[in-house]
Amino acid sequence: MIFFLPILVFAGILVALAVALTVAERLLVNYGICKIDINAGDRVLEVEGGQTLLSALIESKIFIPSGCGGRGSCGYCTINVVSGGGAVLPTEMPFLTRSQVRSGVRLACQVKVREDLEVRIPEELLNVQLFTATVESVRTLTHDMVETRFTLGEPAEIEQRPGQYVQLQAPSPEGPVFRAYSISSPAYETGIVELVVRLVPRGIGSTYAHGLKEGDPIVLTGPYGEFRLSEDPDAEIVCIGGGSGMAPLKNILFSVCERWPNRKCWLFFGCRSTRDVFYLDEFRELAKKNPNFRVIYALSDHDSRDGEWDGETGFIHVSVDKHLEAGDVKRQAFLCGPPPMIEAVMKVLEEKGFEEGDIFYDKF
Amino acid sequence: MGEVSPLVILVAAVFTNNILLANFLGMCSFLAVSKRIDTAAGLGAAVIFVTTFTTAINYGIYHHVLVPMGLTFLSYIIFITVIAAFVQFVEMFVERFSPVLYHALGIFLPLITVNCAILGVSLFMIIRNYTFMQSIAFGFGGGVGWTLAIILIAGLRQKMRYSIVPVPFKGVAIAMVITGVMAMAFMGFAGMVTIQ
Repeated sequence: MIFFLPILVFAGILVALAVALTVAERLLVNYGICKIDINAGDRVLEVEGGQTLLSALIESKIFIPSGCGGRGSCGYCTINVVSGGGAVLPTEMPFLTRSQVRSGVRLACQVKVREDLEVRIPEELLNVQLFTATVESVRTLTHDMVETRFTLGEPAEIEQRPGQYVQLQAPSPEGPVFRAYSISSPAYETGIVELVVRLVPRGIGSTYAHGLKEGDPIVLTGPYGEFRLSEDPDAEIVCIGGGSGMAPLKNILFSVCERWPNRKCWLFFGCRSTRDVFYLDEFRELAKKNPNFRVIYALSDHDSRDGEWDGETGFIHVSVDKHLEAGDVKRQAFLCGPPPMIEAVMKVLEEKGFEEGDIFYDKF
Repeated sequence: MGEVSPLVILVAAVFTNNILLANFLGMCSFLAVSKRIDTAAGLGAAVIFVTTFTTAINYGIYHHVLVPMGLTFLSYIIFITVIAAFVQFVEMFVERFSPVLYHALGIFLPLITVNCAILGVSLFMIIRNYTFMQSIAFGFGGGVGWTLAIILIAGLRQKMRYSIVPVPFKGVAIAMVITGVMAMAFMGFAGMVTIQ
């Protein structure tokens, strides 16, 4: 029996400490119910205190974009906190400019709800919805890219603008996280969402997306993004992309050609070699319907041993330089691809006389 | 040790028997957080708080539970558990009342759990047979001494950012060297008061 005494004493002390900690947690971590006032009285939420503003808003079906799942590493979840947020924390500083700090912009994932809060959220984000959907098809495009189509369940339709993105919920060891992907299906297909995902080794979102099978249920939120296409049918649309930057361009081009069958538009797409080429047939098909649509694919590391190639070779900004005319043309450019490509293309576009406000880009 | 006044023990713990500079305990968090004075002071404050209260709690448990039951061999594991639980409590406390400090300390707050200076203070209290008041004074003094040392070194390291350090000594190496120099400087206090 004597052997049990140390165990009993040790266990007793552990229990006592656990009880003390539980009591302390009740007293210290409990903030009661707090009110969150959105856009000066537009909506008032009552939420449990102690959690982050981001999770409180998501709980109330306001889907603030967040790529990293609330760990403070992506900087997407910026919202304006008018009062009650406390001081800006060192963890937020890398993501905020000085003028943002002055005007009260905060990272929602770092602000804790401790008292009543007043926040401002852009009207657009309030329209973001949570969709349940099922995988309709999974198509392998290249060795590391898949195209995944989802049939929306509840709600059954999405109202998106070309260039917008959704966030796909993916499981992770630390609970579900959201990862952002541009919508590649055109805006007129309201019942589905299609994504083009490149496999990133050990990436949480892309590994999940690549593992999906037909019929799997998924959850996504959206649409996000402020890009607006020019509504002027005389304005040219110039889409330039590379690598995994295809999705938003496909959406833009198919939507444009559907609405304005003769509108002038361009697609420049850069790949490494023939094994990275995809969607070329689809775009050639589209070009047959719209005589003013030009498709130019360029391979940067072309090797004749890899297979036949009848398109261009070299970096994509060289092709852009070759085909686009300089001068004062009404046009809008949308760039999506790796940063060095964007920088090279930007330089070319400026030489061609593009206004800075007419160039939109997505670097990653 | 019944006859030494707690005040003497307090002074000795800060200067002559500085837990960091005489016993070289608590080096890991010391080296990690001694780059800026304000975070060093914040961590120091947390350490003072934790050493003072954990010595008091550990004194109670040791003398009123472990000694009467003849279970003094359990003291290590129980001291560690008490410290861990108490750090949890401090974490909640700091998060509630000073979120800025909470974020500045970041991962270092849980690091106090494994700060050997805190366990060291509790164990010295047993070895040196302190009374309750002496233990509290020693716990508080130990914390203050550790804080004093880390703030002094942080001041030096902050200043050293602008000095030219030979490449092989950059970073932790030079911090160890100046800690050694500081420890020698503290030996100058040696004759002031003596405890074991």
